[in-house]
Amino acid sequence: MSQAASEEEALESVAATTPGMVRLLLGNRVAVVAGVVVLAFLAMGLLAPALAPYEPSEQHAEAIRVAPFWQAGGGTRFLLGTDGLGRDLLSRIMYGARVSILLGVVVVLLTLVVGAGLGMVAGYFGGWFDAVMSRVVDTLLAFPFLIFALAIMAATGPNLVALVLALAFKGWVDFYRVARGDVLAAREADYVTAARGLGASTPHILMSEILPNILPPLIVLATLRMATIIIAEASLSFLGIGVPPRIPAWGTMVADGRADVASAWWIATLPGIAILLLVLAVNLFGEGLRDALDPRMRK
Amino acid sequence: MGEAVLGVRDLHTHFSTYRGVLRAVDGVSFELKRGETLALVGESGCGKSVTALSIMGLVRRPGRIVRGEVLFGGEDLLRKSQSEMRRVRGGRIGMVFQDPLSTLNPTFSVETQIVESLRIHGVAKGKEARERSIELLEAMGIPAARERMGAYPHELSGGMRQRVMIAIAVSCEPELLIADEPTTALDVTLQAQIMDLLAEIKEERGLSIALITHDLGIVSQFSDRAAVMYAGQVVEQGAVAELLEEPLHPYTQGLLRCVPRLGRADVALTPIEGSVPDMAALPPGCRFAPRCPKAWDRCRDELPEMREVKDDRFVRCHMYGEEESPMDEPEVV
Repeated sequence: MSQAASEEEALESVAATTPGMVRLLLGNRVAVVAGVVVLAFLAMGLLAPALAPYEPSEQHAEAIRVAPFWQAGGGTRFLLGTDGLGRDLLSRIMYGARVSILLGVVVVLLTLVVGAGLGMVAGYFGGWFDAVMSRVVDTLLAFPFLIFALAIMAATGPNLVALVLALAFKGWVDFYRVARGDVLAAREADYVTAARGLGASTPHILMSEILPNILPPLIVLATLRMATIIIAEASLSFLGIGVPPRIPAWGTMVADGRADVASAWWIATLPGIAILLLVLAVNLFGEGLRDALDPRMRK
Repeated sequence: MGEAVLGVRDLHTHFSTYRGVLRAVDGVSFELKRGETLALVGESGCGKSVTALSIMGLVRRPGRIVRGEVLFGGEDLLRKSQSEMRRVRGGRIGMVFQDPLSTLNPTFSVETQIVESLRIHGVAKGKEARERSIELLEAMGIPAARERMGAYPHELSGGMRQRVMIAIAVSCEPELLIADEPTTALDVTLQAQIMDLLAEIKEERGLSIALITHDLGIVSQFSDRAAVMYAGQVVEQGAVAELLEEPLHPYTQGLLRCVPRLGRADVALTPIEGSVPDMAALPPGCRFAPRCPKAWDRCRDELPEMREVKDDRFVRCHMYGEEESPMDEPEVV
């Protein structure tokens, strides 16, 4: 059997084979920090009942608009101060993380599965399904999200199921377009022809050959969408048509503190910072994940 | 030798486009005998690859096989259902493509891709599939096969990748291997290695090979018979030694004059004048007539039939095989 010297050289690069995406992700400092922040928010939300010093809706009549601990008038009893009803801000921010993350995850998963699924089918098979779906998507894109959300929330009143549907109503469109476009390119790829040449079935090709190749952009999009959904939920809550008022949510808290922003800045600002931190961390983590998922980035 | 493994008869594959119907494969016929290597030779766009895809039933829209027969193992593959064809592809007919980097899925390791083909055809799975994959890679001359199993396509050299592709193509013990320009994307030094490898596994495994290429050097060294294609048709077919020594069709003659010969600076290279016809507006007569130095009126009006001029020697040209003058031929209305 003939063997070239150049192929012996190639062996050396392979000798230190694929460390896997986890190690690559861990080597990315920004992604690690972002991941830790996301995990911290997740833990904070999950463990809120155990960690929070007070019930989120518990009112302390004697301690209204107490400043956070580092400010004059603040203390260790309420670390991040209290709001206009004497509720502990730290506890409310902790509980608020639950709603933001839960809605973000549920809406993103729902829109990812629906959008990517429809997009892959439309992209791979084309034909009338693609034509119909793509016109539906064009129509939805021309549809103002906020007006729709306002209408649906005004009709149903603030409740979580309606909120998920309102947020998901247009959200799947982005996944549809990315999945359709990438499948359109991938189905012409030589490796798809090769897989068909090996006798692979269409479902196998879609799920096992194409999906792994179009997944990285979908994951990046999912994290971006997660951030957008968190902001959208906060905006609707801020307008009073998002999360029901009895559930603590960051958007609602910002709205509550709005009137006092000159005298007690922390009531509106601290939950705002929580939104900013979480959204930023989710975005940065998503970018790290994208790099780690790309096999070409593995060294 | 003698028995045909693959018989392609009057195959027509057309593509509907906005410009009209492109007759990419327009009446291709050839036979591939057991144990031989048949080269399908021609320029880019002559329909070689579409012929290969048609045999495998892999022509995609807007392409369509209009008519013809692809006889393999006594059955017409064009009449088989998609699920029956899935068992043939990769199982009884293996295929190797031009660019191994793009035909290997970038997201999976070598191991996953070989094991997958064994699994699809129910040949082996689990630990057994892994062991068989390592054996296959070793048989393809890949050193340190065990370590390479975890490698991703981009981590391998071009020659390595093509060896992996060939390993996948022969993993399920096919009778026929279709190799579509298997060395075009490789360095010249690697080309010879890969062709040697193909010749070796052909002997070892009793394969028959349909070799698609535009490289006449490869044709002369590695194939037994050749079919020369021009504008969607086979124009000449025969044993390689004879065909290259004494080409009959003016196109084959022209092709051979384009090939430089080592140590023969005295032989000038002559390009074929003109260019390949527009496949949506083919000339009414012989496809090659507009570029043919020997064409006469009849060539421009009437498409020549494929004729067997001697034993196993076919040519599609008005110059051969007709004793009577064109004038005496009965008028077909």
